Amino acid sequence: MRVAAPPAKPHAAARTEQIILFRISGQPFAVSSASVQEVRSVDSLSGAATEVDLPTLRKVRHVVRRGDKALFVVSGAAHFGLPAAAAGLVFVLRKTRTALLVDGIDKMATMTRLQAIPLAYCHEERAWYRGLTALDQNVIPVVNPEGFLTADEFALLDASLVPESLPDELPGEGIELPE
Amino acid sequence: MNQPVESTSQSFVLLRLGERRFAVAAVQISELVAPSRIFRFPHRTPKLEGVILRRGRIVPVCDVAEKLLGKALTSRRFYLIAVRHYGDKSEWVALPVTGDCELIAAEMTNAGEADAPHVAGWISHNGEVIEVLNLDALTPGAEEPPPSALTAAFVEAST
Repeated sequence: MRVAAPPAKPHAAARTEQIILFRISGQPFAVSSASVQEVRSVDSLSGAATEVDLPTLRKVRHVVRRGDKALFVVSGAAHFGLPAAAAGLVFVLRKTRTALLVDGIDKMATMTRLQAIPLAYCHEERAWYRGLTALDQNVIPVVNPEGFLTADEFALLDASLVPESLPDELPGEGIELPE
Repeated sequence: MNQPVESTSQSFVLLRLGERRFAVAAVQISELVAPSRIFRFPHRTPKLEGVILRRGRIVPVCDVAEKLLGKALTSRRFYLIAVRHYGDKSEWVALPVTGDCELIAAEMTNAGEADAPHVAGWISHNGEVIEVLNLDALTPGAEEPPPSALTAAFVEAST
């Protein structure tokens, strides 16, 4: 599956953003397609991932090498507190050392309005989401790619790594998304 | 019973939650609407059920019955859309209610020190003493809105 690049129209009258609609444990979410560097099948992780066993951070169970940096694979279900479900795809997120396990992609769409998450929501979800968008009579949370792991969690994960134990870079089979 | 230190005549909306009635200052009420589809997504804030779409806005639904009655509502007839203040900002919040609402004029006795923070005061109506709710204390939300971590240029505040 090849995904078209978001149209580059910096001076377009209507401000829009291309998003990927996906599911985690059946729950719909959206992410800006510009935030996703690559979409891979979970199968392509096998053999390329090393297990992580941090009792205080159960949402990260695997790490893979990506060039000279470690990429932490976050279970979307564990992160959001959803029932565990078999993930089919992994999103390699841009500008963060995070990959996200998801059920699958529903479709691509164009978001014309991103509304700030209501101020009544005052806990971790404020970091989880960039906001909410109404699409086809649904309200979909738009995830914040930098909200899956905090700086402290990255430090904890980095400290747990044994550099030599990281396997080689992820093999092919992924779908690279243009920036 | 509190002493009527300050009394002012003003309008209140009486709402019903189960067998009890409560009041909210009418100036805080936007409208009363029929229940519509609630959109749910993962979050960690207690008492919030999800959001509804109303006039193009995304409005959080907050079930206050558990705090006021000790149990969640089993049925709901309307959503009372009220204004909730967060520091110098304000947004709508939808409160599920179980019966018709009524607009009345009454004098409020301010809450005393012994009253819970969600009690703004008390009014008397038809021989019944009714709690006036302080929605800012009753519904969740930080008093000072957190600095936004939003990156999109077209993010809009909900109000």
